[in-house]
Amino acid sequence: MSVFALAKAMGITLKHLFSKPVTIPYPSAPVPLKPRFHGRHVLTRHPDGLEKCIGCSLCAAACPAYAIYVEPAENDPEHPVSAGERYAKVYEINMLRCIFCGLCEEACPTGAIVLGNEFELADYVYSDFVYGKEDLLVDTVGSKPQRREAQVTGKPLKLGFEVPYVRPELEGVKYE
Amino acid sequence: MIYLIAAIKGLVLILLLLFAFAYLTWGMRRGLARFQVRLGPNRVGPLGLLQPIADAVKAIFKEDISVAKADRFVYWLAPVISFTFALAAFAVIPLGPEGSLFGLDPWVADLDVGILYIFAVAELAVYGIFLSGWASGSKYSLMGGMRSAAGLVGYELALGVALLGPVLVVGSLSLRDIVDWQGQYGWLIVWQFPAFIVYFIAALAEMGRTPFDFVEAEQELVGGFSTEYNSMKFVAFYMAELLHWITASALIPTLFLGGWHAPFGLPEVPILWLFVKWLVFIFLVMWIWASWFRTRYDVMIRFAWGVLFPVALAWFLATAYWVASKGGAV
Repeated sequence: MSVFALAKAMGITLKHLFSKPVTIPYPSAPVPLKPRFHGRHVLTRHPDGLEKCIGCSLCAAACPAYAIYVEPAENDPEHPVSAGERYAKVYEINMLRCIFCGLCEEACPTGAIVLGNEFELADYVYSDFVYGKEDLLVDTVGSKPQRREAQVTGKPLKLGFEVPYVRPELEGVKYE
Repeated sequence: MIYLIAAIKGLVLILLLLFAFAYLTWGMRRGLARFQVRLGPNRVGPLGLLQPIADAVKAIFKEDISVAKADRFVYWLAPVISFTFALAAFAVIPLGPEGSLFGLDPWVADLDVGILYIFAVAELAVYGIFLSGWASGSKYSLMGGMRSAAGLVGYELALGVALLGPVLVVGSLSLRDIVDWQGQYGWLIVWQFPAFIVYFIAALAEMGRTPFDFVEAEQELVGGFSTEYNSMKFVAFYMAELLHWITASALIPTLFLGGWHAPFGLPEVPILWLFVKWLVFIFLVMWIWASWFRTRYDVMIRFAWGVLFPVALAWFLATAYWVASKGGAV
């Protein structure tokens, strides 16, 4: 047993005593996310406003948790919803089944479904965890419970994270 | 009248000690957290300052479970013994010179045999630990209690013999005399440095702190002697444990660092300087806690008998020779 080793140990702890704590006090301070974070899905659009999703259901086929349900419909040629022949009339993800593996993102031929950064999905009612198109499209910010709370309290929606980078896949997504 | 004043002073001291205990739990958790680059409890109140109150409310309202296999009477008695004697030890520590507390003496009891009293009371508190280990009827508790009893025969000898040197030099067992002597001739840490080191190490073992916290040893023994205790009975043990820390942190400065005397010729303020020294030792123990390992209890006993005790004994003999050759204490 060496006295010097003991002294060294105390020196190390003393150094750490005066360093900044690594703890992030999460609800009161935002969490800085890593670039490849897998959060709530986003259905992206082309720059001209058309949805990228063509309703092919490859994401549903790739999903290991059977969390995705897609019901396609033919596009009206005059007023197309998506850039392809068909579009997703119904696009639902069950957030309780989803394991956030990202296989849907890999399977998607048009890059329509992308895992975003939102993670505050906790809610009360089972059925509220099924996110439809209106909850997933790019313009929607915040999860269902967050948007509901903002509506009830009248306060602005507050996201608990910060993204210090821009992922090109998340085209058009703005966290504000 | 004298007894009434003593009783009131005792009551105030108990309240102060309980307050110190409550905020030591907070300071300890915050401090250890900072050593580990965390924040510690900061949710309840500003800086988490109301955390002890929240903890107290939680502990009081917890269900009080008694183990079926426990020896009921001793099981209940053990935390009471631990807690009572841990509180009692502080009574003889002088916080300032005579009459400095609004005309009163800032101590509860002025005993001629203050050091003996502290030894007696601190050792009785250890009874609580191994009685609880035996009475709980659980393997972990029994091992914790056994370790505490085995550790006791190791460190206690060094603890006692280490103090013989200072007692010989001062020529008194009274803590007041020891403090007065230090005010006159300089701190005993200078005169009795080896005794100080031995005493400090043995005191770490006595309060059951790292590196000698094998009595609790959460990782191996779940909670050691306190495994089967919950609610207020557990709090009583926890209080006893922290009160040992509080008392030892005040006792070591009293014995070796000049007690309530101001260091380095700074102006004398009663109580303040002892408080500062107390804080230093509270921090030192916490620092050691955050830095070091836990020794195995047989290693600790070998260390106590093989290193601490011989060093203390040799130093005591050297001091005795020096005192005798001078024909009396200083």
